[in-house]
Amino acid sequence: MDNIFLYSSLYLAFLMVLSLYRAIVGPSVLDRMIGVNAIGSKTTVMLILIGLLYQRVDMFVDICLAYAMLNFIAVLAASRYFHKRKGLSDEI
Amino acid sequence: MHTNEEKNLHHNQPEPAQTARSPLCFFPLLITFIMMFGLWLLLSGKFDPFHLSLGVISCALVAFLSSDLLFPSPILKGKLTVFLRWLCYLPWLTIELFKANLHVAYLVFHPRMMDLIDPRIIKFKSTLDSELGLVTFANSITLTPGTITVNVSLDGDFKVHAIDRASGDPLPGEMEIKIAKVFRKV
Amino acid sequence: MDILVCILLFSGLFFLTAGSIGILRFPDFYSRLHPAGKLDTLGTLLALLGLALFNLQHFSLGALLTSLKIMLIIIFVFVASPTATHAIVDAGVRAGLAPWTKGEKRR
Repeated sequence: MDNIFLYSSLYLAFLMVLSLYRAIVGPSVLDRMIGVNAIGSKTTVMLILIGLLYQRVDMFVDICLAYAMLNFIAVLAASRYFHKRKGLSDEI
Repeated sequence: MHTNEEKNLHHNQPEPAQTARSPLCFFPLLITFIMMFGLWLLLSGKFDPFHLSLGVISCALVAFLSSDLLFPSPILKGKLTVFLRWLCYLPWLTIELFKANLHVAYLVFHPRMMDLIDPRIIKFKSTLDSELGLVTFANSITLTPGTITVNVSLDGDFKVHAIDRASGDPLPGEMEIKIAKVFRKV
Repeated sequence: MDILVCILLFSGLFFLTAGSIGILRFPDFYSRLHPAGKLDTLGTLLALLGLALFNLQHFSLGALLTSLKIMLIIIFVFVASPTATHAIVDAGVRAGLAPWTKGEKRR
């Protein structure tokens, strides 16, 4: 079972690299935000997997909960921040 | 005693809400406290008297300060039935969520994806009147087949972004009927 | 039990994969939100459900509490993900981004 968890988390890291492409290249700022949000939701799963690998789920689950909330609040704050920016679509 | 009652009656007449206050304002406080304390027990995981008493003190303080936020009006009649019906709505939503995800995953892995999708914005008016119903409806639209809520007004004007023709057509449809059933007046 | 956990975990990983590829493939900002908002929610939900089940195998009070916390994360993701999606789409509408329609060049 440990091997399955190890390879699943490696695979998740690969998926995060795919999302990172959108976060770096994305034509507008909001595309980058989608990429960052996708990376965050994968990290939530990955933290629990890491906790199971290290036999310390009781500790990692708290970190995971805090990370999920932080990710949500970060997306909300960033989208509020970009509300009134005109010309968002022209940015490269 | 008599004078006290009379005074109470006299005091109550200009403000009818005041009569409901003495027994009923206790319940929102209690429900908030129970929810907070359950969360405390879950997150702390320690059951010795010291931590339990700390939890009781802090939860009582928070419940006293913020129970108005959770229950704006002290009238609880019918809230419980609405909540239970909302719980019964969740399994249906989960099944719809599965169907939606399979549809989007099919679109994603399709080699000629650019021909299949046809994004556009749909506008329609909803008949729901309660705010909670509108919020539930908007979140359900975002979670189900190929549609994302763009904008909702308090009157129920919806703007929905649909990914292809098939997913946008059945709106508002069955889901709105279900939610209207959940939030109908008791 | 292990088989059930594996099925849940792998189906979650499948949906997360579809989400990542969808973010890369779709033509514009609005349609990219569809995989980001939906597929990631369900993928996270299924994978975390599998892990909570695996955690319950050696039953004890601590394991039960941990599994309940994972369920709390699932509920939180279920509520927060559509809200975050809606916040991003709202920012896009206010910035005046026009939706992609059929026949245009992909952005």
